[in-house]
Parts: sequence; C-alpha cells; structure tokens
Amino acid sequence: MSVVRVPPVLREEAGGAREVEASGATVRELLEDLTVRIPALGARVYGEGEIRSFVNVYVDGEDVRTRDGLDTPVRDSSTVILLPAMAGGR
Amino acid sequence: MTTYRELLQQTKAAIHEIDARGAQDLDGAVWIDVREADEWQEGHLPGAVHIPRGYLESRVEGVAPAKDTPVILYCASGARSAFAAKTLRELGYDTVYSLAGGFTDWKRNGLEITMPRTLSPEKRTRYSRHLLIPEIGEEGQLKLLDARILLIGAGGLGSPASLYLAAAGIGRLGIIDADIVDETNLQRQIAHSLDTLGTPKVDSARRTIEKLNPDVDVVTYRERLTSENIDRILDDGWDLIVDGADNFPTRYLVNDASVWRGIPVVHGSIYRFEGQVTVFKPHEGPCYRCLFPEPPPPELAPSCAEGGVLGVLPGIVGSLQTNEAIKLAADIGDPLVGRLLLFDALATEFNEVKIERRADCPVCGDDPTITEYIDYVEFCSR
Repeated sequence: MSVVRVPPVLREEAGGAREVEASGATVRELLEDLTVRIPALGARVYGEGEIRSFVNVYVDGEDVRTRDGLDTPVRDSSTVILLPAMAGGR
Repeated sequence: MTTYRELLQQTKAAIHEIDARGAQDLDGAVWIDVREADEWQEGHLPGAVHIPRGYLESRVEGVAPAKDTPVILYCASGARSAFAAKTLRELGYDTVYSLAGGFTDWKRNGLEITMPRTLSPEKRTRYSRHLLIPEIGEEGQLKLLDARILLIGAGGLGSPASLYLAAAGIGRLGIIDADIVDETNLQRQIAHSLDTLGTPKVDSARRTIEKLNPDVDVVTYRERLTSENIDRILDDGWDLIVDGADNFPTRYLVNDASVWRGIPVVHGSIYRFEGQVTVFKPHEGPCYRCLFPEPPPPELAPSCAEGGVLGVLPGIVGSLQTNEAIKLAADIGDPLVGRLLLFDALATEFNEVKIERRADCPVCGDDPTITEYIDYVEFCSR
C-alpha cells in the first residue's frame, strides 16, 4: 500500500481525508485501484486511461510525466502526491 | 627564529605574483580584495569582491566554488595578499596570483578604481541586524535598497510581503490591486486596518508601508492586471515580481509576461489550510506553464469565496515568498527554482516536489505556441 496525499481542493471527494491508501506496482495500477476504492476522487485525477489534464501526479517528489508516465514504478513505501492547480492569494 | 621580512620573502618565493597588465589580461579571474573594511571604503579595484584576510578561508568558496578558477588577490602593497595566496594554494586553488604592488601601485599608475557606496548613519542603524549577517552585510543591503519589486495583489499574500519587503529596505515597491478594503479582509490582510475600511487597498497598503519605512518608494496601480495594461506596468522597470494573485487569468498573464521579459516570479498560492510556494526564473528553471500548461476549466477550479482560508496561512506563505524575494534581490542562498514547496498548516508539514522545465512548454519551451497575451475568462472572482 502506498500513501496518496489528497490536496485540499479534492478532499470532499475523499470524504475529507488528507491521506488515503492505494496499491499498485505502477502509477496506472495505483490510480485504477484508487478509482475502485474512492470513485469520486479517482474520477477527478484519472479517466479514459489517462491522468486528467490540470492535475499533476508526483511519486516520491517527482512528476510522473517527467519519468515514465503511467508506467512509472510505485513502491509500497512511496508517497504519491496529487496536485491540481490552485490560484488563491487573498 | 624567522623574522617577518624573511617569512614574507619565503612566502613570495612560494607563490606567483602578477603585475597589473598581466592581471587585466587574465580572463575569467575572480579578484579578491583582502584588506580591511576601512581600506575598502576608500576605494577598490573594479569588479573585486571584498573578503578581509581573516575571513578568506571561510568565504572564498562562496565566490570561487571551482578550485580551477583563476584567483587574483590584492591588498595595499602585496604583502598580505602574498600570505593569502599561499593559503589558497593550500586550499587547493591551483591558479592563484598576488597582485604585485597591490592597490597602492594600481592607483599610483592611474588605473581605474571604484569608490564603494556606503550607507548613511541612519540606514546603518535601521538595517544593523542585516549588516551583522555576513551573507548580507553592507553590500547586500545596498542591493536591497536598489531593488525594484512588483507585488501582484495587496491581499492575503501581498500584505505580509509588502510589510516585510518594506521593512527590509527594498528601494521601490509596486503594488497592483483594484479592490477596496472591507471587513472580511481584516481576518488576514494585515496591511489594512479599521482606519482604511472602504479605501482602495493600494492606498491603504501605502499608508502602512510609509509608517513602517518612509525610505521605500511606493508605486501604486489601482487596477486589475489585464493584457491591456500589463506592458505599461512592466515598462516601469521591475527586477522581480511577487505573485499573490487570486485567480488563474492573472497568474497566466504574469507568467507569460515574465518569461518574455526575463523577470523572475516568486509564486505563492493558498487554499484553506494549504499553501504552495515556488520561484519561476525564466529560462533557468521551469515556468508556471511547465507546471500547469493551461488553466483548468471553471467546473474544476475551486471557487475562492467558498473555499475560505485560515487567516495566518497567507502570513506564512507570503513570508516564505518574501524570503525568496529577498534572497533573489540580495543574490544569496538557494532560491526555490524548480522546486514546489507545499505547506500543510493542519499537519504542520512541509513537502517538496520537483518541477522540471518542459521542452514542450507552450511559453518557455523549445517551440513556443503562445506568443501573445491570453485573457482567460475570469471564473473565480468570489
């Protein structure tokens, strides 16, 4: 099981949780597992076999788009961060 | 027993001296003035950095990190710099010279010297806690006094940023904001107060800054940043932008303009209990569009008004932005370039993710597809 950090703007979809767990050896497997466990959250970050636009996924601090995308390996000890854009300043 | 004269002779025999002409012909050399502060104040060689002899070992790597960098040392006459050269040889620098005849001969031969600028006694007192830090000192404080920083927004992030930048002695602060101070702002926007309710935020912020530090030249723009006015505002000449905007259209305008003009942006954003900070340094690191190429559609963007924010959060995030701004202005430390810092106030936890420059970035990439401003539709205006 890897830890998935839920950003504040997606917490409602995760029932308010700041962190959830999901498993998978790759980002694809992990996001598919996440979608099964918490469909509302999964749907915001993953759909039609792709990471959604406007959301970045980081495995251990690195953007998976700069690595192997959905094939990026995930370990049990990995921390996955989901990051949609956030604009607030006031 | 060795006398001073003998020691100096032995030292000079063990190092290389260079004359003024040879030194001027040496490309890429770092020039270090090893004299004391009072001597430096009376003039120094152009382009030299000042490291008093007593601090040489501890600070030289800051100015010459690579040991194969040619280093030219000088003092008043060439004695102290000879000993200094021997020390640098021991530290592993392999191309070290002591300037023969030192500053005295240089000046006597009519070669160019630079008179350092100095702080007035009043400024010396006001900024004394900066002057005591070796990394800032008088030189760094002068850089802060020369800096021109533009703040986007005088709200949650802009409040602490404007106050700390003003207190630090930033020479010119530009503030853009079209809004009026209202009661709901006072839960977090500490540049404003009951006294300025109902007045434009830029005027309210100016009043607060001028009470704190009248030396700061405050330039206000009571308008909303758009593709129409951004060039006029940036033409006023800014070294650095602190972005505390509250909406995507402004973020993207600021980003695109900063890439095209080569102005670094200290980015901060907040939502409820969490904040993000990074520095976008055009062409040296990623830009905002490398992180998020396009703004999200309205249905996926959180509404600012509904979201809410813990009052102290913009204080923390705006202060982190100010820390980056001051480091960039003083040219010290490691800025948050290529790193996005995430702060969670509930857990009191910092995380960091890497942001890389994207070759396919629509603005700063190899083949830019965006070459003029885009006015995205405003969808988070509260």
